Amino acid sequence: MVQLLGIPPQALFGQLLLGLINGSFYALLSLGLAVIFGMLNVVNMAHGALYMVGAFLAWLLMTHAGIGYWPALVLAPLMVGAIGLLLERTMLRRLYKVDHLYGLLLTFGLALIFEGIFRHQYGVSGQPYPIPDLLKGGSNLGFMFLPTYRGWVVAFSLLVCFGTWYAIERTRLGAYLRAATENPTLVQAFGINVPVMVSLTYGFGVALAGLAGVLAAPIYQVNPLMGSNLIIVVFAVVVIGGMGSILGAIVTGLGLGLLEGLTKVFYPEAANIVVFVIMAVVLMIKPAGLFGRER
Amino acid sequence: MPDGSITKTAMLEVGDLHAFYGESHVLHGVSLDVRQGEVVTLLGRNGAGKTTTMRSIMGIVGKRRGSIRFQGQQLIGMAQHRIPRLGIGYVPEERGIFSSLSVDENLTLPPVVKPGGMTVPQIYELFPNLKGRGSTQGTRLSGGEQQMLAIARILRTGATLILLDEPTEGLAPVIIEQIGVAVRALKARGFTIVLVEQNFHFAATIADRHYVMEEGRIVDMIPNDQLHANMDKLHTHLGV
Ligand SMILES: Nc1ncnc2c1ncn2[C@@H]1O[C@H](COP(=O)(O)OP(=O)(O)OP(=O)(O)O)[C@@H](O)[C@H]1O
Ligand SMILES: [Mg+2]
Repeated sequence: MVQLLGIPPQALFGQLLLGLINGSFYALLSLGLAVIFGMLNVVNMAHGALYMVGAFLAWLLMTHAGIGYWPALVLAPLMVGAIGLLLERTMLRRLYKVDHLYGLLLTFGLALIFEGIFRHQYGVSGQPYPIPDLLKGGSNLGFMFLPTYRGWVVAFSLLVCFGTWYAIERTRLGAYLRAATENPTLVQAFGINVPVMVSLTYGFGVALAGLAGVLAAPIYQVNPLMGSNLIIVVFAVVVIGGMGSILGAIVTGLGLGLLEGLTKVFYPEAANIVVFVIMAVVLMIKPAGLFGRER
Repeated sequence: MPDGSITKTAMLEVGDLHAFYGESHVLHGVSLDVRQGEVVTLLGRNGAGKTTTMRSIMGIVGKRRGSIRFQGQQLIGMAQHRIPRLGIGYVPEERGIFSSLSVDENLTLPPVVKPGGMTVPQIYELFPNLKGRGSTQGTRLSGGEQQMLAIARILRTGATLILLDEPTEGLAPVIIEQIGVAVRALKARGFTIVLVEQNFHFAATIADRHYVMEEGRIVDMIPNDQLHANMDKLHTHLGV
């Protein structure tokens, strides 16, 4: 078999695929964070916990109601979105007039509460979630073996990410969102109900996290701490891409996932820190992030 | 009433309006009225409260007392996003062109609230400078073009009352002339306009009446045809 720089291609492409899958989750999660930050100016520390809640909801729907993967792919994000609406309306909303730090602290507290509840109920050992029948198995691409479910996760995440990007950058509703991000007072003075838009934006952003959770359930196990493990890297991704930049979140998420995969092949010792090294470098050279605008 | 016409009913009536930014009391009992089809200016020095009066009408300044009636409806206490939906268009002093939106997107952003608004071709006829610039980023336009865009975008909405805050501020004389032509055309179309101006030579060519503001109060009202007779008084008020 051909070797690339002494690495068997199976291993290389296998790691790249893993990287791409991680990257898909980074992209979905940082996209939600970026949308929320742009509109609410809140660093949503509860994002990882709501990703976990999305995965748990899928698992609960399956084990308690016999509702399978496909309906859960719609239901769980909707439920997470509804939780988000409730949180925004009852708590976050009260904090817009004070320093943004309070929003960060509140959502951090909420994350701890969500994780605490699920840990208390289900312990820290993971719950397995089966791959849906339609996506079982895989195909041999010649240079590597592609498990169908993983291919699906990458393709579907990309679709959702670029669909979101299109909706924000190219549609009328997106124009409202961009305008309200820039100058909510004026958008309101044109007769648009901005507080409702803000709630829906938060709901949508966390629904994306819930969706990522459902997608992750069959790959990783469903575990109360799955969110907090991932979210630290996702925040680094957001910092690198630039707070509030939609395209930046997507591209950086995928790119860093791939880069992590490559590092695992060529220099495994650095795989866990490569994202943070890049973050430090980017912060030194371009503090607003690769795609960010100076505020 | 010179002609006693019933069509010239008061469209906007502001009575004893007080407005606050937090604890600071900025408007102290502003009263004015604007009849349908009129162009009325608010003149006054920097800080007199002209912008605050407009922001109070739009509900942007939420802490206010007194009365603001538009076509008989009380605006104080009304949800902020409902006020423009009654047919009031606002062109803010800072113009408020969105940089993340193209010129086209800026133009079509404000939702249509009433039938009878101008069409995009009619708007381009009024502001030929904007034609063909649709895909340009909003804030890439020159200051004058941004001002035109800020006015243009509310003409689509069907608003019948337009609040124009210092449309000539910082613009070159030729551009001021163009804006003047446009505002006169709007008046001819029957729009009711409240205009804040520092440049009262500009104001005098357009307005029917002038309200003079000082320290959060209306201190005088001068019909345009008596402007010359009142020049001295006006100079004292405006400190020019
Ligand atoms: N956001 C604010 N917070 C506190 N005070 C304000 C605020 N905006 C304006 N003021 C104060 O309210 C008063 C009236 O301001 P306003 O902007 O209405 O004046 P103006 O007549 O429009 O002046 P200009 O001609 O400079 O635009 C001023 O004393 C100003 O300092
Ligand atoms: Mg002003």
